[in-house]
Amino acid sequence: MIPVEYYLALSGLIFGMGLISLLINRNLIIVFISLEVMLAGVNLALVSLAHYMNDIRGQLIAIFSIAVAAGSVAVGLSLLVANFQLKKTLDSEEFSELREELRND
Amino acid sequence: MIYLIFAYFCLSMIGITVMALTRKNPVHAVMWLLLLFLHVAVVYLFLNAEFLAMVQVIVYAGAILVMFLFTIFFLGAKELTKEKRYTQVWEGRLLIGLAMTATGIVTFSVASPSYRGKYTIEYIEKVGNVKSVGEMLFNEYSLAFLMLGVILLVPMVAVGLIARRPR
Repeated sequence: MIPVEYYLALSGLIFGMGLISLLINRNLIIVFISLEVMLAGVNLALVSLAHYMNDIRGQLIAIFSIAVAAGSVAVGLSLLVANFQLKKTLDSEEFSELREELRND
Repeated sequence: MIYLIFAYFCLSMIGITVMALTRKNPVHAVMWLLLLFLHVAVVYLFLNAEFLAMVQVIVYAGAILVMFLFTIFFLGAKELTKEKRYTQVWEGRLLIGLAMTATGIVTFSVASPSYRGKYTIEYIEKVGNVKSVGEMLFNEYSLAFLMLGVILLVPMVAVGLIARRPR
């Protein structure tokens, strides 16, 4: 039987790679893809803990998180399409209407 | 033997994630993501979660990735690759991400679960994974299941409203 720490380290590694890509990338499609990678890592941790604690509630939480992820990705991609029709770009640094102007004092 | 298979899945999942996140073409990134999700489904089979493995393949590989591909085709895949890839301050963000990753891995890998539930491997073998998941879902979490329906209804309306072209 494989120790649970291996699974948890694997899920932490996948989550971390997705997090780094989410932070440093500008293309919004790549940002959404790294969000999906992060969700895969979290679900892996949930299912491995459910297996090792002999309790099936972890799998239920993973099912709920998959469903909520489907809804959030649908809204996010449609917002992306609407923004692309408005600005003709997917660069996340171009969407800065709400950013405060930098002051030099 | 099981260690060998598990080592293959670990290494290939890490490599596939790196490949998926470093591709310039978003279509290639989505294809690598599909491979990653299939590997995740097989790891769920390692963990005795057959129903979740099927849900992973159907929902992620069948629905979400198709949605990604439709979005990319709708926007035009050629225009997406011209932009710069990293933000201007990406070194600091990379350091923050590495620090959070290291913290997460260390925290996760020293966790030792002491709680034991009643759903042991023998019980699941006797009853069946899908049946035990369904019993728990519709008895203890029925309200959460109903709320999940509402949560899936609201994005449907929202997507319809957002996708309408303004006159």
